Amino acid sequence: MSVFKDAGHLFRFAGLFVLAFLIFLVVRHFVVPKSFGEYGHYRGAAMGEIAAHPAKYAGHETCETCHSDIADKKKSGKHAHVNCEACHGAIFMRLPAPEPKPDLYERFVALVSRRIPPDPPLLRHAEDPTSVKPVLPDTAVLCARCHTASAAKPKGFPQVDPAEHSGGLPCQTCHNPHSPGMDASNTAAGGAK
Amino acid sequence: MKVSRRQMLILLPAAVVAWESVMAGTPEESPNYKMTDHWWGMLIDITKCIGCGNCVRACSTENDVPDGYFRTWVERYHVNDEDMTQPVVISPDGGKEGFPSVAKEDEGKYFFVPKMCNHCADSPCTQVCPVGATFISPDGVVLVDQKYCLGCAYCVQACPYGCRFINPAKETADKCTLCYHRITQGLTTACCENCPTGARQLADLKDPKDPIHEFLRTHSVQVLKPQMATGAKAFYNGLDGSVR
Repeated sequence: MSVFKDAGHLFRFAGLFVLAFLIFLVVRHFVVPKSFGEYGHYRGAAMGEIAAHPAKYAGHETCETCHSDIADKKKSGKHAHVNCEACHGAIFMRLPAPEPKPDLYERFVALVSRRIPPDPPLLRHAEDPTSVKPVLPDTAVLCARCHTASAAKPKGFPQVDPAEHSGGLPCQTCHNPHSPGMDASNTAAGGAK
Repeated sequence: MKVSRRQMLILLPAAVVAWESVMAGTPEESPNYKMTDHWWGMLIDITKCIGCGNCVRACSTENDVPDGYFRTWVERYHVNDEDMTQPVVISPDGGKEGFPSVAKEDEGKYFFVPKMCNHCADSPCTQVCPVGATFISPDGVVLVDQKYCLGCAYCVQACPYGCRFINPAKETADKCTLCYHRITQGLTTACCENCPTGARQLADLKDPKDPIHEFLRTHSVQVLKPQMATGAKAFYNGLDGSVR
């Protein structure tokens, strides 16, 4: 035992290290989120939080549950693969964000906590079809966005010079946007190819 | 039962630790969605893109992307016949409202290239994060943990495709999530849902029935900057050599 003679100060020092390590473990337990390291070097719960973001485009299947007549019309036409919301816009719409409060305390909290601002509420056409209606698109703008002639577009894609093609008439005078081909149901004069 | 002061000092912290674990719980997942069953990617067909900007608008609506920032954007390339090393690239407001018309007589070739996060399997951006705030999920999507991110922007510099930015409101790194909230619910991404020509298609590389496999077998497909060995999963059909 002569080796440990006069070694008390070393043991006390080692004890301090052990104590510091234990404190580190306890602090670490509270500071590191529970799901950190569940799948890798990140917080596993983050995926659930990202997946909780509300969707605004419900998908064409949702529209078709009520608007089956339009879906049938679309199916046979050239716009069969253009989904509803691509023209009509998202059926869930954000309300405008509320004005930030000029409250000094609120501003202080926001400053020190770098708080992520809450998302404004959603309006849902699918849940309340009468009061929440998507805006009927203006065909002059909407159709031109895709079908205005440009050499940059793929060669096979139908393109026109709107001014020359219709002389400024709205597109739906001749074409039904849901099935734009010129068939018996869409008979009107004009429309240079 | 009598509990001594000494016993109490030991029991109390133990009870706190146990209670913490009970309250924390585990993250809720969609019951029908198993992360290990998927490996997400994207197919972008340049030969079909008409530069309408629907994808950019849809993405910005769906994900509340601040004005002037983009999780996806469309570029228009103009390449002169003999000099493909100097393409002229424009992307006005990310291509959100489309592009100016090009007359047939104009020289060279023009085409559109939609850009977005490539959801790389060996992504440089996740490797540089000092705090583990950005990561590749088990289903192959590169995500940012908004609560953990410090906003140091190392990842913004590391991405060779320029797909990340610092969100001015949240002051954290922001990027395409491949509409993680949609694909885990069985929906397609907002950009794919709103592409009128089918130039964008969400692909699940682990699903043997996904048409991506047939497409990759039968077409000449390329990824952006293959020399970077990022394992990019945005596959481009008809990609011109001039695209950077």
